[in-house]
Amino acid sequence: MAKFRKKGGKKTPGISTASLPDIIFMLLFFFMVTTTMREATVLVRISAPEATQVQKLEKKSLVSFIYIGPPLNTKLGTDSRIQLNDMFADVKDIREFVQLERESKDEADRPFLTTSLKVDKETRMGIVTDVKQELRQVGAFKINYSTKKKAIIQK
Amino acid sequence: MARPINEINAGSMADIAFLLLIFFLVTTTMDIDTGITRKLPPPPPEEMPDIKVKERNIFKVLVNSRDRLMVEGKGGHISLLKEQAKAFLSNPNLLDSNSPEDMPEKRQVDIPLFGGDVWVTKGIISLKNDRGTSYDMYIQVQNELAAAVSELRDELSMNKFGMKFSKLSDDEKIKAVQKAIPMAISEAEPEDIGGH
Repeated sequence: MAKFRKKGGKKTPGISTASLPDIIFMLLFFFMVTTTMREATVLVRISAPEATQVQKLEKKSLVSFIYIGPPLNTKLGTDSRIQLNDMFADVKDIREFVQLERESKDEADRPFLTTSLKVDKETRMGIVTDVKQELRQVGAFKINYSTKKKAIIQK
Repeated sequence: MARPINEINAGSMADIAFLLLIFFLVTTTMDIDTGITRKLPPPPPEEMPDIKVKERNIFKVLVNSRDRLMVEGKGGHISLLKEQAKAFLSNPNLLDSNSPEDMPEKRQVDIPLFGGDVWVTKGIISLKNDRGTSYDMYIQVQNELAAAVSELRDELSMNKFGMKFSKLSDDEKIKAVQKAIPMAISEAEPEDIGGH
């Protein structure tokens, strides 16, 4: 009988925390896979207009962004400028930008490419129209006007 | 004399992993991008054939550089735009012989899911804006027009299938409703419409 007698008192053993790092790593990998890194540093001020009829922008990897708004650096003036990737750009640079975006994507995905226009609400339509005309010329027809969702007020 | 090698203390591993986790939480964006999706028309061909659309089938919305609206030749307001667009697109008293002249015509379209021919409006909403229009106003107008179409679709969908259009999951039903109430918003080629 003595063979099976427990050594020591009846202390409950502490819970092993050896697998805690593994659990945290699992969480970490989950977040790394599901989220996207912040894209380009935005050089222009954008406060998006509000709308009620918004749709979610799906397949974020197939979306290229064009930012239009007044520069954050006030030395550059208050007129709205176009930002592509990390730099200020001109309307005529859009053609190259779209083509580069298109080439970087898989051939099968190319028809689903969307261009998201992130435009400040104070911007005049002139510059937006120019951008839209350029996008039409290049053949990037799917566009998305980035807006915030406005809560619907019950009447 | 071989000393026993001490095991590396792995107790702080969790802390390191936490640090990494928090870094990723901070640097990644969680906000879902939302927006109004539109499809641009392809560029017009060199020789543009004149497509004749009857005056009564066009709902003209003009926005000038002062963000003022002109709807069907009269001054309008953003808060009334949705109802006006809805009335235009639905034109409920079409089969009435006293139907107003300026309301759009309808044509019969065969949609099997609705049991045969359905009257579909020929109305087109034409949106024109000035280069000086503010983007905010432009989005408001787009939003109101989209709301008009989506409310009409919701009503039809409620009527036929008992649920809102956005809740429909059957592709056939979605296509049928879209066919019955087309999203016909046309944007004019850009030009200055004055109001400087």
